[in-house]
Order: sequence, then C-alpha cells, then structure tokens
Amino acid sequence: MIVYRTLQTLRSCQSFPTLSSFIHQLCTMKLLLVEDESDLLEVIQQSLEKEQYVVETADTYAQALHKIISFEYDCILLDIMLPDGDGLHLLAELKAMDKSDNVIIISAKDSVEDKIKGLDMGADDYLVKPFHIAELNARIKSVLRRKALNGRDTLKVGNLGIDLRERQAEVGDVELLLNRKEFDILSYLLINKNRLVNKAALAEQIWGDYMDEADDYEFMYSQIKNLRRKLKESDAGIEIQTIYGIGYKLIPV
Amino acid sequence: MKLLNYTLGYLSIALLAIISVWAVVFYLNLIDEVRDSLDDGLENNKMVIIQKVQKDSTTLARAGFSAHSYAIRQIPERLGLQVKDRYTDTLMYTPSEEDLEPFRMLTTAFIHQGNYYELKVVASTIEEDDLLEGLLYSMIWLYVFILISVVVINNLLLRRIWTPFYRLLDKLKTFRLDRDQSIETTTTRVKEFKELNETVDRLVTQTVNTYHSQKQFIENAAHELQTPLAISLNKLELLAENEDLSDKHLEAIGQVIETLHRLSRLNKSLLLISKIENNQYGEMTKVSINEIVKTLISEYEDFAGIRKVHIHVQENAGLDAFMNKDLAAILLSNLLKNAIIHNIRGGDVQLTLNANSLVISNTGIDVPLKQQKMFRRFQKESNKKSSIGLGLAIAKAIADLYDMDLSYSYYQERHEMKINFKKSR
Repeated sequence: MIVYRTLQTLRSCQSFPTLSSFIHQLCTMKLLLVEDESDLLEVIQQSLEKEQYVVETADTYAQALHKIISFEYDCILLDIMLPDGDGLHLLAELKAMDKSDNVIIISAKDSVEDKIKGLDMGADDYLVKPFHIAELNARIKSVLRRKALNGRDTLKVGNLGIDLRERQAEVGDVELLLNRKEFDILSYLLINKNRLVNKAALAEQIWGDYMDEADDYEFMYSQIKNLRRKLKESDAGIEIQTIYGIGYKLIPV
Repeated sequence: MKLLNYTLGYLSIALLAIISVWAVVFYLNLIDEVRDSLDDGLENNKMVIIQKVQKDSTTLARAGFSAHSYAIRQIPERLGLQVKDRYTDTLMYTPSEEDLEPFRMLTTAFIHQGNYYELKVVASTIEEDDLLEGLLYSMIWLYVFILISVVVINNLLLRRIWTPFYRLLDKLKTFRLDRDQSIETTTTRVKEFKELNETVDRLVTQTVNTYHSQKQFIENAAHELQTPLAISLNKLELLAENEDLSDKHLEAIGQVIETLHRLSRLNKSLLLISKIENNQYGEMTKVSINEIVKTLISEYEDFAGIRKVHIHVQENAGLDAFMNKDLAAILLSNLLKNAIIHNIRGGDVQLTLNANSLVISNTGIDVPLKQQKMFRRFQKESNKKSSIGLGLAIAKAIADLYDMDLSYSYYQERHEMKINFKKSR
C-alpha cells in the first residue's frame, strides 16, 4: 500500500516528454501482453480488446524479445516470471532502447524489493497478481494518458470533465464540488466507463488495502449515494448504475 | 537443583549410612578383639597365680583385691565343683581415677591341698563410652572430610567433565529456529556426551530443515495460488459484463468474486506473515509513531464514522521506533482496525502515545478476550464472514520481529492493546 502510494506520488511528480502528444486517446492503442500463463493471457486479452485496444501477445521470453525489437507499443504488460528467461532482462533491453517508460509489470511477487527493482529498471508501474480488471484498466490508461497528453491529465465523458492532476470536476463550465473520496470514486469509474467495476476493486482503490473487510461496503454506499445526488443536481450526462451483487458501472446517458 | 549438588545430596546420605554401618561393625570388632586379648591375659594370669599358690600358700590368706589384680577365697567343695571359667565385665573403684572403672574379670576355681578356692582375676579394660565418643568424633571428622573432598572433586573434576554438556545447554538456550541454521557442539571424549551432541545436532538439523521447507511451502503455495486466482477473478469479472445475464446470475457471480477476493486477501496475509517471519523486510529507519497514527486516523475516518465510533488521540510524548516503515504502518493499522471493527455503535477508540508505548483502548463487548488465543492464526473472535483472523497474528509477528511487547488487557470494561516499543532496550 505504501509502495503504491509512493508510486502515485512518483507518477504525479514525473512530467514525461510528450513526444506523441498529438496522438489522441481515441486513436487505436497498441499493447503488448507478455504472460506465460495461457488462461490469464486469454482473459486479459479479451478484457483489453473490450477497450478497443489492439492487443498482441507473447508467452515466452524469446517471443517477447522479438516483438519488442521489431515493433512499437504504446504500453507493454510484462510478467517478469517467464519460463525461458527473466522478465527483468526484457525490461533492461527496453531501457536500452529507451522504451521502458510504458511498461507495467504484472507479477505474483509482491515484495517491496521486487517492486523497487522493477521501478528502478524503468518500469512505469507494478501490479501484483491477482488484480481486478478495473485496476489494470486504470493503470494502463494512466500510462497512455501520460504518453498522450501535454502536461494535462484530463478525462471527458459527455459534459463531464475531470482534471486528475488538479483534482477538479466540471459539468459544462460549472465546477462540481466533490469531497476527496467522491472525486476518487468518480474518477475511477470514469476511467472504467462502460465497464463493470467490482465493489471490492473500488473499495481497494479508494480506501486502500487497509479496508479489507469485505462486508463493510456500507461506508462506500453512502459516498456513492451522495455522488449520484450531486451528479443529478448538476445535470451531468452520466449515470452510475448499480449492478446487483457485484458493483457499479458508469454509463453516459 | 544443579546436577552437581544433586549427586552431592545423594552421596552425602549414602556416605552417612555407609560410615555409620562401618562404625558399628568396627566398634563391635574392636571391642571383641580387646576382650579376646584381655581374656588371654587373664587366663595367663590365672595360671601364674595358681603356680604361685602352689609355691607360696600364704597367698591364699589374702582377702579381697587390695593392691593386686586378683582375689582368692575358699569355697565349699559343692560350689567349687560347679565353677567353670567365667569372664565378666564389672566396675571397680580405682584410686587413680577416684571412680568406678570398667574391668574384665575371670572367675575360676582351683583345688589346693584338698580345699576349693575361688579365684577372681581382673584386668583394666577400655572405657566403652570413651571409646564410643572417640569413635563418633573421628567418624564425624571423617564424614566431613570426605564430604569436603567430594565437593572439591565434584567441582573441579565433574565440572570439567560436564563442560560439554553445559556448553550444549547454553547453545540450546539461545537457539532460535527462525534465526539459527545449526547448533555448534564442542568436542568431547566422553561417549555419552558425544552421543548427546550427535543426537542434538541431528535433531536440530532435521528440525531446521523441516521448518524451512514448511515455510518455503507456505510461501510457494501462496505464490503459486496468485496466478490461478488472477485467472478465476478476471474471468468472472469479464463474465459479469455479459449483457445476457439475469440478476440472479449476477448475484451468484458477485458472491464468487467476493469469495475469490477473500481468498486472495488471505493469501496475501499468509505471504506477509511468512515474509515477516523470514525477516525479509529489511531497511529499518527511525519511524515516528505519532505521524503514522495521524495518517492512519485520517485513513480510517470514514470507516469509523459510518460505525459512529469516535477516535481520540492523546499524545503524551513523541514516540519513535526503529523499524521498517511499512511494517510499522501494518502493525498500527491492524490494531486500529480491530479497535474500530470490534466496537459498539457510538463507542470510542482512545489512542495514548507515551514515550515508550502506545495504548489503544476501545469499548466493545463486555467480555474480556483470551490473550493466549487471540494472537494465534485463524483465531476469530467474531463470526464475521469477511474476517480471516490473521490481523492480530500479523501484528504479533511484527512485534516479535522487533522484540516489542504486544499485550492485551481488559480494564474498566475497555479492551486495551499495549505495544511496548522498547522492551529490550
């Protein structure tokens, strides 16, 4: 958790040169998924394709190395434990090619040392298995946004716009006043718009690992209730749907 | 009781018995020998006196012992014929001692010129009570002397002989399964100690191996579970996005996701414990507990608010600890979370920061919890579905890692957790 927080701080402090700032987010993004477990590879690929990404896959070190040398990717999801080689070597290769700033490591290892090592070698983020799809989406989008946007970090759905850096939300030109938690919930749902966000994933995102009492979503319900009320009052063109028993889905109306 | 003193205790009792029996036998033998020798002397005297009487019959006229060592008196024939040599112990007055002294007396009879005479010959004998007294004192001295010798020998010799044993004992005392790899034994020529050393060595090696392989197993198992968990969780999440599903199906999927989520948390907690116990959290720094407490309280604001639990902090002093920062946060957050969860509506949590300790006290059920059980793994006080019962076990593992004292008490209807940060310093 602490590491994750550090990551967030790190991320917000870094200002990446925006070589491809003209690339709009709607453009098709190309992702490389390196994962040796075929089932996991398949499910992540399916999920990413729902986001309209072009997803290429590699399930061995050799294949992955071949692909990173031959092609350009907007984001690389890298499992560092591969049967025929160490994923960290791939990271070193990428760093040598100056392509390591769009790598998200996905790993079963969650020791602080492993994370620090990965990040030191230039990876942009470190995601520990098992993760929620919503979380993976959020991380990928964070990487892509930073690549694409020039100093600003904004999301726009309908008439609702939020600035993730300034932590401000607007409906049209009118500022929508939200408390810290409400803003976090809204931005997370917005990043995962049209996707089903598990309530556990949402709770973990907003309240952190500390909040692991699964049947205590009560505190979240009240925040969502307030958020919905504020969105309705300001005529925002989005709706937060409750998917019974699972979580929430933000959809434009 | 030390082994040396233990043997000494038995030895002293045994010696006392042996010496006493020996003293009795010795005394009886001695007395017997003295009597034998005196009796021989008396027999001889008897012969000499009878011969003397044959030569000089005036001797017969003497009555009583007076200055001599014998007495003669005439007795009727009837009595004279019955007399046999008889040895007896008797007391007689001696002028030199001015007291009655023990004598050995031979009573016999002889015929001189047709008349019967009774002859009593005496010889001074040893005073038995003097002998007994003398013997007793020398026995006591002998006993004391032997005991002192035994103590000295025990201390010098046995202590040396037992050195390998005591060394081994010291090593075993400081042995920690989670830190030490093996036990170092000293070489010895004593067969028993050699065997002991070998056995202990084998046992330790075996135990250490088992311990490590078990730890390794938990770690590996937890690691290996991550990927299948990820697959199941993500597949279900993807499945739930399917538009054709009814609410009933969605609810079922939601329950499975929830369960997987719990399984994943359990797995992470197990990995965390195993990492703490393996001391894989290096990097110790000076951590301000006051700061962490403040941060945590802001994190738990909502959580406590929804349960109408008030959190109060009392900072009596600045509290610093030298430990890993992440672990400090985990330790405090687990305790704080427990204090909030196991509380009552409208209750409160009181955190008190002292120079060396942190006390977290909270209202809750009015039954004290069992301290020896609460820190065990998978020990649940509540039957909450989501609680996995590892929070306090993790807190305890962290406290143990840094030699801190984590204790629970129930006082004035409040549950109190106290961490003593400087137990060992």
